[in-house]
Amino acid sequence: MNEFVETLLGLEWHEPKKAYDVVIIGGGGHGLATAYYLATRHGITNVAVLESNYIGSGNSGRNTTIIRANYGIPEAIRFYQRSLELYGTLEDETGCWIMHATKGLLWLAHTETSMRAERARCMLNTACGAETVMVTPAEAKTICPELDLSGGGRYPVLGASHHTGAATARHDRVVWAYAQGAMRQGVDVLQNTRVTGLLRDGDRVTGVRTATGDISAGVVLSAVGGNVTTIANYAEVRLPVRTHPLQAFVTNGYAQGFGPIISDTELFCYVSQTARGQMLIGAEFDQQPSYSKQSSFNFLQSCSSKVSHLLPFLKKLRILRQWTGICDVSADFSPIMGHTGVDGLLITTGWGTWGFKAIPAGGSLMAELIATGKTPELLQPFSLDRFARDHALADQGSTGTR
Amino acid sequence: MLWLTCPNCGRRPVDEFAFGGEFPTVPDRITDPGERDVDYVWMFDNIAGPSTERWFHHAGCRRWQTVRRDTTTDEVLQQETDTVF
Repeated sequence: MNEFVETLLGLEWHEPKKAYDVVIIGGGGHGLATAYYLATRHGITNVAVLESNYIGSGNSGRNTTIIRANYGIPEAIRFYQRSLELYGTLEDETGCWIMHATKGLLWLAHTETSMRAERARCMLNTACGAETVMVTPAEAKTICPELDLSGGGRYPVLGASHHTGAATARHDRVVWAYAQGAMRQGVDVLQNTRVTGLLRDGDRVTGVRTATGDISAGVVLSAVGGNVTTIANYAEVRLPVRTHPLQAFVTNGYAQGFGPIISDTELFCYVSQTARGQMLIGAEFDQQPSYSKQSSFNFLQSCSSKVSHLLPFLKKLRILRQWTGICDVSADFSPIMGHTGVDGLLITTGWGTWGFKAIPAGGSLMAELIATGKTPELLQPFSLDRFARDHALADQGSTGTR
Repeated sequence: MLWLTCPNCGRRPVDEFAFGGEFPTVPDRITDPGERDVDYVWMFDNIAGPSTERWFHHAGCRRWQTVRRDTTTDEVLQQETDTVF
């Protein structure tokens, strides 16, 4: 029996009911993780997760699977560090093999300015619990022997910050692990169920409208990636979010055991190796907002040029696949989680290019918020009203984007 | 892939242009002046469909242009260079 079929055997599908305590829109990592933690930590099992396509078909299936916590502001570092720790124990907890591997991440610097920024970030990260140390070019070469320290003559490496806890995991398996864990507790996951509107009673959101009928809910959570503005418009909620395409590609196989994840301060690109041995390469998102999932040759050309300066062996590999996802980028490059100002509607969005690493922490904290009605301390800085309060969490430099 | 047809330089790849943002709109239903300011500064319409935007042709004629583009298909519907600066 093939591995894919075997994995799906653990999933139990149910017919939709007319009403649930909690309805979650979006069957990706964040939606399913929230359902899982609601069921396992808080005993709330009358939950439905609605997915317009199949589970994990959106950005959960299109990301570059990097898990790290080296961010630029204390609020973010603490949050992502929680997530990184939860990822480490996820296999034991769910009994599902998510192919989690701790690899460490080298964040290369090519100028004195970025060396200063990296040194500051190292101290801040270590102080907040995400161990990060500065390494010299020679030490970087020991960690990653394939690295060309002259950067092909164009981008000489002056140093790097080494985030030792960084890891990768198989994205589909994370989604399936949470789906399976939630379904076993009685959560209904409904595929091919597109939400076409929200049910309102006065100012309150009381459920969702789908093509197959209305479903009423005590609380509705939008965990949508890529089309969150559509959902927010149903409730007349304004969001500081733009939808941008993000592209990535993989090459054919290279000898197994390419050590760390390589990321770059100036070139805005990152490289890691998948469990199959393919080199997985990604970069910043496209500058123009767009919902078209079109890949471009420009991206392949510029990104290949940059990464092959750093890792010359990539020149001998061929590109196998290229794909694009559409991600909701918030105005301050930090996620938005919590209340929307409309009763009965919660939101977890603004995940831009940093959503996958946040799945366990985002899911467990949103579940705590729904179950207890109180915003957990780690979540408080990320509320939607921070923009009106003038407490934006500007952290563009840590996202690997310009 | 997105191509823009510059009225001065012809059909050029998107890499030659810098995205300058949409024309911000604040919904009429927001009446409080403070809330309108927050909305104007931070919030986006994030339109799925035809959207009117500003683009700067930095690697060409270096003129600001107004582009009407369908964001679901990346099809450019209209593009013209500003006549007033």
